Amino acid sequence: MTALLTFENVAKSFTLHLRGGVVLPVVGGASLSVEPGECVVLGGPSGAGKSSLLKMAYGNYRCDGGAILVRDGDTVVDVVRADPRAVLALRARVIAYVSQFLRVIPRVPALDVVEAAGRDGGLSEEAARGRARDLLARLNLPERLWSLPPATFSGGEQQRVNIARGLIADRPLLLLDEPTASLDAQNRAVVADLVREKLRGGAGVLGIFHDSAMRDAVATRVVDVTRFAPRARAA
Amino acid sequence: MSENLLQVRGLTKRYGTRLACADVSFDLVPGEVLAIVGESGSGKSTLLSLIATELAPDSGTVAYRTRDGALRDLGTLSEAGRRALMRTEWGFVRQDAAQGLRMAVSAGGNVGERLMGLGERHYGRIRAQALDWLGRVEIAADRIDDPPTRFSGGMRQRLQIARNLVTGPRLVLMDEPTSGLDVSVQARLLDLIRRLSAELGLAVIIVTHDLAVARLLSHRIMVMRAGRVIETGLTDRVLDDPEHAYTQLLVASVLAA
Repeated sequence: MTALLTFENVAKSFTLHLRGGVVLPVVGGASLSVEPGECVVLGGPSGAGKSSLLKMAYGNYRCDGGAILVRDGDTVVDVVRADPRAVLALRARVIAYVSQFLRVIPRVPALDVVEAAGRDGGLSEEAARGRARDLLARLNLPERLWSLPPATFSGGEQQRVNIARGLIADRPLLLLDEPTASLDAQNRAVVADLVREKLRGGAGVLGIFHDSAMRDAVATRVVDVTRFAPRARAA
Repeated sequence: MSENLLQVRGLTKRYGTRLACADVSFDLVPGEVLAIVGESGSGKSTLLSLIATELAPDSGTVAYRTRDGALRDLGTLSEAGRRALMRTEWGFVRQDAAQGLRMAVSAGGNVGERLMGLGERHYGRIRAQALDWLGRVEIAADRIDDPPTRFSGGMRQRLQIARNLVTGPRLVLMDEPTSGLDVSVQARLLDLIRRLSAELGLAVIIVTHDLAVARLLSHRIMVMRAGRVIETGLTDRVLDDPEHAYTQLLVASVLAA
């Protein structure tokens, strides 16, 4: 069986043209894979490139070299070389990405935000509505907030809307970047349950969780990204 | 992979010695939203006018796949053929509503006129469709007989959208549709545009100087400066990891709210 996600020798640096073209290497020689049912957690200090790895897998950041292979049914797509339409197709069918931050059109009610994500992920209108309500209820978002736009919500409330939005559709590969950073223990446990359900359903997760309780609850393996530290470049 | 709906090749336009649009090429597939961003004078509005064949290029072609499946070079169509196409398969939402609407005609008339252009003559059906579309763009039914001069800026833009979409176009061009509006009105209009374009599977080319608008609405983005395409790609990738120095400057210059 092919892995859901494979990094092969991935390298990434940022060239800051506004700072005289200084090059900031982020990672080099990054190789790892995620199999169905696996939750691979990226470990290492801030600035080690954990979020960048997730963003590259989502096609949000460019790569300088290597390949990032994502399984889409019977085919495998290299995100590094895929054109924008192919990346968008992967996101529609295969990859869900949940960050710490909710970015939505202002003034759209929370329930609609989550539902729309379900429809975008291929659910019927009815299924999307039902799942959106179930998820928000499980995540203990008070029902009086559902019809309100999330901009005025607390950080934790926004994060729960974001998680519901990220998990509503049935995508086989989840990229989770600190999705529980602002949640209390009770809601973190709910998210851990949701993630474990996805894993049992055959999904794979590549995640970043600084909270050790959360990490212990879901991780099947931890990969220390400091081993992908780029070699210092000769000037 | 779906067939392209629009094929733009080597579009070039000079005003005197100044290059307003230099060798621009791209494809658009059905349902795809492309944002063209850049500062004033970057050539983005010129490009839109060239695509709409309102301006003749010095060189280059715009080809469009009509409903019969043929890819037609718009430069070779007759004026009448081009007009018919614009009326039936294309829409154009202008920044200045006064250019996209007939300001002395009622809201219902503005929407109905496009249907009449397609040969619809039944008054009851025209009015019913106009009412339906006013509702879809959230304009109250009792405003149907008011002219757009009595509408707010946001309502005028929504009326323009209704007027453009009532004929079921497949491609809609938008030139800064949300600029000049209060931010509270912008958000609602953005949501409306996104919802309708997804529901109807519209291909959209939207010209905007507002990177946030591009991020919320578009799949792909083209960054222009001095008539040239500087960088193009997946919208969030270009905005979050810009490659070109100019794009980095543009992204870094946006005030975070």
